[in-house]
Amino acid sequence: MSDSEQENHGHHRRSLKDILFSTDHKIIGFQYTITGMLMALIGGYMAYVFRMQLAHPGEAVPGFGLVTPMDYNALVTNHGTIMIFWVAMPVLIAGFGNFLIPLMIGCDDMVFPRVNRLSFQIFFLSSLVLLASFFVEGGGFGGAWTSYPPLSAKSEYNLTPAGDTIWLVAVALEFVAFLLGGINFVTTVMNSRAKGMKMHDIPMVVWMIVIASILFMVSVGPLVAGAVMLGFDQVAGTHFYDPFSEGDPLLWQHLFWFFGHPEVYVVLLPAMGVVAEILCVFSRKKLFGYKTLLYSTFATGILSFVVWAHHQFVAGIDPRMAHLFTVTTLLISIPIAEMVFLYIATLYGGSIEFKTPMLWAIAFVAEFLIGGVTGIYLGSSGTDIYYHDSYFVVAHFHYTFVPIAIIAVFAGITYWYPKAIGRMMSDFWGKVHFWGTIISFNCIFIPLFLLGMAGQHRRIYSYEHFPELARPELQEMRGFVTASLIVMIIFQIPFLWNFIASMFTGEKAEKNPWRSNTLEWSADSPPPHGNWSELPECHRPPYEYSVPDRKEDFWPQHQPN
Amino acid sequence: MEDDKSTKLSRVTFFITAITCVLLASVVFFFILPEKAIWTINAHIPAASSFASDIDWLHNMITFFVGFWFVVAQVLLFGFLFMFRRKPGVKADYIAGDTKEQKRWITVPHFLVILCDVVLIAGTILVWIKVKQELPPSERTVRVTAQQWAWIFQHPGPDGKLDTTDDVTTVDELHLEKDVIYHFELQAMDVLHSFSIPAFRLKQDAVPGRVIKGWFEPTMAGEFDIQCAEMCGIGHGLMVAKLTVAEGEEHRQWLASVNAPVTTAAANAAGTADFE
Repeated sequence: MSDSEQENHGHHRRSLKDILFSTDHKIIGFQYTITGMLMALIGGYMAYVFRMQLAHPGEAVPGFGLVTPMDYNALVTNHGTIMIFWVAMPVLIAGFGNFLIPLMIGCDDMVFPRVNRLSFQIFFLSSLVLLASFFVEGGGFGGAWTSYPPLSAKSEYNLTPAGDTIWLVAVALEFVAFLLGGINFVTTVMNSRAKGMKMHDIPMVVWMIVIASILFMVSVGPLVAGAVMLGFDQVAGTHFYDPFSEGDPLLWQHLFWFFGHPEVYVVLLPAMGVVAEILCVFSRKKLFGYKTLLYSTFATGILSFVVWAHHQFVAGIDPRMAHLFTVTTLLISIPIAEMVFLYIATLYGGSIEFKTPMLWAIAFVAEFLIGGVTGIYLGSSGTDIYYHDSYFVVAHFHYTFVPIAIIAVFAGITYWYPKAIGRMMSDFWGKVHFWGTIISFNCIFIPLFLLGMAGQHRRIYSYEHFPELARPELQEMRGFVTASLIVMIIFQIPFLWNFIASMFTGEKAEKNPWRSNTLEWSADSPPPHGNWSELPECHRPPYEYSVPDRKEDFWPQHQPN
Repeated sequence: MEDDKSTKLSRVTFFITAITCVLLASVVFFFILPEKAIWTINAHIPAASSFASDIDWLHNMITFFVGFWFVVAQVLLFGFLFMFRRKPGVKADYIAGDTKEQKRWITVPHFLVILCDVVLIAGTILVWIKVKQELPPSERTVRVTAQQWAWIFQHPGPDGKLDTTDDVTTVDELHLEKDVIYHFELQAMDVLHSFSIPAFRLKQDAVPGRVIKGWFEPTMAGEFDIQCAEMCGIGHGLMVAKLTVAEGEEHRQWLASVNAPVTTAAANAAGTADFE
């Protein structure tokens, strides 16, 4: 279908074919978000299964059955892979990026709409490929989401002759999808901004998604090269990572983490951007230090390329290398701390209203702080000797990734839902969902810090073989964690209900229900294909809230005076 | 205008008081309260090697610094949320945060964070050099070989030297003498493994094709876990070994009691069939 044909359909009821093959950035954004949310359900189900196994080792898990060590490895591996590559990335970058960028910079669509559609199609294919790996001989890949060779390189080691290659192909396809998306985001923001929108008038979330896309595109190359070599090792019998034929398994670790660490910031930055927008709107405050925040973000992005070996302190690298990476890793705490300070300072002197999106945004700052400060223990080479590959690491990165991929995503969904759907979500059910999720989330991961301090190591299907870890008080803690996880999963039901039911029964949303400044709120709710009948112009920076001597406490970017 | 100034001043007093309280509380919390408090590692697991206490000390120092920043940030966050909650008729301030005066609220903490980082970096480098970089002289070496999914330990026999005929080789069992500095030579037969003794605070990946050297000095008699801390396949969760640390006399008795050649043969047989 050509673009012009679709233009004609714009005002009619969209057929299924129009939706599936649309080039409209909003539809593609929804497709990414919905796919990501479905994958999150699958990833959550995996977490449920392996947590049940840990709480009640050897008992059949309702809804799954007995968990063999093979199943367990495949579940933890794919839980990690899915949550990072198929949930955090599609929802935060592709979902929010696609929906928000054209609307927030005031243009009708991405500059390459068909590349955009191709990006989603490849992404969707990659999800199917990944899920297919569970149904082949030997089952899904179980060599951890980091896929270290030689374990991942030879099926006689990992015993998943098909699963390992399918996993690798799925990840590679996913990277292709995001490369296409990233090209689109950066090009669109650089070329298609509304008339009058200068660099420092771009909303922070758009900047963050652009910087994240650049980080992704710059860092992914070495990993793709590494993945090709790993693929050859698996299927063609090459020896890139084979130590017994003069290959080197550590090479993969460098290539993986050279991508893997910037990747953390690839998903963090869009989340920080979403939170910045919401904090300003619901405290009616101008963002404190727009330029400082922007340059801190650039600094974080650049530093994130020189910290990767902190994942390898005890991996067998030269011990003197550790000092360099400890220094760079602790340095990265400076711009990140600065960003958090700026967010807190933004609240100072505000008029704060605790609507659901604001609760999520505040929770992001409060919870991400825990993830941030516990990172210091792991970035310090001395303590990392003890904590490497322990549950302390697991707790730490869940305190970064859950705020990113769950909390900030809910903040964004509840905030932009009225624009995207044209109806309001229920604030009451939003708050029920919020408190249920936040409390159970902390009950899951605080005990994991303690288990990590007790020496509990990762990816073990049952601790009964380890006398120090089989102590009853630790086993009770594991049971508590699992129970909390089940509570957290149950509390997603109010959200799903709210999300779906509000589409039909929610109160009709006006153009600008939150009284925000950015350009997307000047379009209809929901915006039609093409977004505006006449493209808006930008007259001022995005966060002019509570400007003195003005009657209104907001001053939209598109308003001439 | 007067009134406005006095509220601003009281806010400043509030924050200075709050931060001082946090600082004092953290000193009490982390330095004065009992040693085995829940936020210390040795409340959860004994410290059984000479460098375990260094790592525990570094952990506590980090806890002090990050605990301080964490509490300050949370107090400010929730303090602001409470103080600036929406009140009818009260409009928010307009603060861009781009004047020098306003930026001071960021730059001062910024330099304090750098200062803390410098202290932390100095501490961690000292600990790292001691544990990982410099091997203290030692007479005794054990060879640790990891394979899917067993640990093979080659102990020096009564002569104290490795690779002599009286060596004792065991599977999934390591015997050490208390208060003796050991070197270890770590190698892997197939995939990556990680030699981890939580009670020693020791962890080192084993990489096939390399021999990695390290050291430890047991300081507490008893039995401890040895884990494999790197995903190594289906038997990863079974890859546990027992570490026995004994006083000199007891250790020598154990050495004498094992019939070295038989144990070696058993080890070779068990090594390949261990997972069954």
